[in-house]
Amino acid sequence: MPIVVVLVLIVLGSVLFHFLSPWWWTPIASNWDYIDNTIIITFWITGVVFAAVVLFMAYCVFRFRHREGSRAAYEPENKRLEWWLTIVTGVGVTAMLVPGLFVWSQFVNVPSDATVVEVVGQQWQWSFRLPGKDGKLGTSDTRDVTAENPLGVIAKDPNGQDDVVVEAADLHLPVGKPVKMLLRSIDVLHDFYVPEFRAKMDMIPGSVTYFWFTPTKTGTFQVLCAELCGQGHPMMHGIVMVDTQEDYVAWLDQQQTFAQLSAPQQTGSAEQAPGNATVSALKVAAKLETVGSR
Amino acid sequence: MVDITPADAVPPAEVAEMELYHPHSWWTKYVFSQDAKVIAIQYSATATAIGLVALVLSWLMRLQLGFPGTFDFITPEAYYQFITMHGMIMVIYLLTALFLGGFGNYLIPLMVGARDMVFPYVNMLSYWIYLLAVLVLVSSFFAPGGPTGAGWTLYPPQAIMTGTPGGQEWGIILMLVSLILFIIGFTMGGLNYVVTVLQGRTRGMTLMRLPLTVWGIFTATVMALLAFPALFVACVMMLLDRALGTSFFMPAVVEMGEQLQHNGGSPILFQHLFWFFGHPEVYIVALPAFGIVSDLISTHARKNIFGYRMMVWAIVGIGALSFVVWAHHMYVSGMHPYFGFFFATTTLIIAIPTAIKVYNWVLTLWRGDIHLTIPMLFAMAFIVTFVNGGLTGLFLGNVVVDVPLSDTMFVVAHFHMVMGVAPILVIFGAIYHWYPKVTGRMLNETLGRFHFWVTFVGAYLIFFPMHYIGLMGVPRRYAEMTDVTVMTESAHHLNSFISIMAFIVGFAQIVFLFNLIWSIRHGREAGGNPWRATTLEWQTPQTPPAHGNFGKELPIVYRWAYDYSVPGAKEDFIPQNMPGTFGPSREPA
Repeated sequence: MPIVVVLVLIVLGSVLFHFLSPWWWTPIASNWDYIDNTIIITFWITGVVFAAVVLFMAYCVFRFRHREGSRAAYEPENKRLEWWLTIVTGVGVTAMLVPGLFVWSQFVNVPSDATVVEVVGQQWQWSFRLPGKDGKLGTSDTRDVTAENPLGVIAKDPNGQDDVVVEAADLHLPVGKPVKMLLRSIDVLHDFYVPEFRAKMDMIPGSVTYFWFTPTKTGTFQVLCAELCGQGHPMMHGIVMVDTQEDYVAWLDQQQTFAQLSAPQQTGSAEQAPGNATVSALKVAAKLETVGSR
Repeated sequence: MVDITPADAVPPAEVAEMELYHPHSWWTKYVFSQDAKVIAIQYSATATAIGLVALVLSWLMRLQLGFPGTFDFITPEAYYQFITMHGMIMVIYLLTALFLGGFGNYLIPLMVGARDMVFPYVNMLSYWIYLLAVLVLVSSFFAPGGPTGAGWTLYPPQAIMTGTPGGQEWGIILMLVSLILFIIGFTMGGLNYVVTVLQGRTRGMTLMRLPLTVWGIFTATVMALLAFPALFVACVMMLLDRALGTSFFMPAVVEMGEQLQHNGGSPILFQHLFWFFGHPEVYIVALPAFGIVSDLISTHARKNIFGYRMMVWAIVGIGALSFVVWAHHMYVSGMHPYFGFFFATTTLIIAIPTAIKVYNWVLTLWRGDIHLTIPMLFAMAFIVTFVNGGLTGLFLGNVVVDVPLSDTMFVVAHFHMVMGVAPILVIFGAIYHWYPKVTGRMLNETLGRFHFWVTFVGAYLIFFPMHYIGLMGVPRRYAEMTDVTVMTESAHHLNSFISIMAFIVGFAQIVFLFNLIWSIRHGREAGGNPWRATTLEWQTPQTPPAHGNFGKELPIVYRWAYDYSVPGAKEDFIPQNMPGTFGPSREPA
């Protein structure tokens, strides 16, 4: 009989925990409250099913537990009941899937007025690039990455000269404007994730991935890496500041363009011999040191 | 409805006590044995031993997460090695090996009425290659640089780069070699299980009379034979990338300021290959659990499993569907976003046959004669945790809901509940159920109940609250959560609580192991059929069953596996090999 009590307590405890515990999502700061709504729908449907199944089981144990001389019923199948349950389940699943797919189609289709920001991940820091006055980002290639050109912007591409480069510093975004984040990595997988924006996407070396959102609140938000990227992974933080339009323009004016950054030394990178494992390990340690101290 | 084998018309099985290759020495009887039952115990013991390593690794991880900064020896590097080895051991070397190599070997021949697996020698090789794979895996703990810390998913490029523990040392190589060996060994065993079920059944044992345990293990094995090759090629290609500098999965990358020589490879390709294996793998673990738990519930509720035919088709349907849902692990991987529509739809469709199984389990309890034995308690605990974990799967499978939750602690909580805790609870229930057949003695009841309550309640208290840490936005695979701003002070206390529960639940497993060993000599004598069950393994002339399983003559099967509480029958169970009709036969034709 303790099992009956425990089963009931599990349902009650889980429901109470859900509603009363202080652990819940952080207040949203983007347009993706559709996603939050879909989660709420899913919580309700799944919560009801969970409670119903476990309580039914508790009732069965209470009512049909073995007693002296009791005997089970013999009923191999009940086609009507089985079909009926299948259909109800199908309806419940559809009620979650349809809104989910509807919101997904919004998530993958970027509004035409979205501005573009490029995020470049590398072990273990975030850099950013914004299009300059021409409104276009120059092309890039991982093989063009050097100490002087950390994002691998292709120098020959005229579109890239006026690009604003923000290396390992905070990103600012204007509030209320849809923004398409173009995501790139120069070494391993990373994932640009700001919990308050609800959106995230992996960044893959050799590809450009994207997601879009509209920041709806000004403030400072922490960027987390959400794809395991080596031992510095939990320390790979960044900052996104969502500004009013005036603050944003003021910030933008202080940034340097690719042309300005690469003007002093236009030569290629120093040739580095491929290091053996020990040398590389020392570099990793040094890198972790700098990431940790930030 | 159709009694296809009238009792008196059946001649005795024509192969009476065939000349088996009975072992003649201690070595061939207990070590290099070709008896599936001995191989099953070897598989189980090895899997349990390596599983204990994974249990200790989980404690070390929880020490770090629950009490960050307290234990200096757990560096981020060590932490990633712990999570990687914990995950890989639990999924592959414990769960897969135990369900298929352990339960599969022990139960398939006995339950289908065969003397052994059809290829005993290959079966023996299967175990020894598995053991070699485990030893190679363990050796990576002692290799320079230690084991790989790439996460159990081993995603390139980081898996073979310097910033990851073991990436440019021995760790990743030993891991890949071990997996390749495991797959070779598994294939030998798996072909055996499939052919034995298809060709080795005794007379009268039609496919639709098989116990659901056999259906579950059989379908899982077929799936594994189709899914593991994808992992195999992925491992070979990554090994080439790492050892010979090829570029299957490696695009041009810059490592710590240095251009590497790789170019043109696709990291996403690895993910597709990995999850083409990895998602069926979830069901490779789940389907045997589904089958076994069906038999536990039926036997201990003294009632036929409700909707047997629907259960069989649900197992087969889930098995087939699980091959077209793999990319739901990759919604935020950067693959083409339109894939999301397809994979979200297939993933939510798979919920329907899965839900049918749950309904049929609880409907089997309805109007049953429920004996609250330890196997029954574990079966009910399985339903609670499986329903919970399955329902959170509807969050993660529904593509846009996955976007905020993916790669957070919500995922960790979900998959531990659904494919960690739930199948392990079935394994425990199954051990309490079949231990009497394997050893001839019952496990100690008091220790067993202690083990059950601590494990069930403890595991629920670990993983249920963990979902909410993920809902807050805390990413998984963080060796330190202290710098994460969404992680509140109170959530850190919750983390400490989870860690303490993890130590308590882990301790209960030590009690269980003690029970397993102690009861071999001191357990209560069980007799041949202590649960009064219908299936053939309980009808053997000796307990434990001798080599050849059934003595002089193989049993003949007259009925399905679920003739419990048949109206008109004196006993509340009729063994499958008992001839005659009792009242109106309602066995589904």
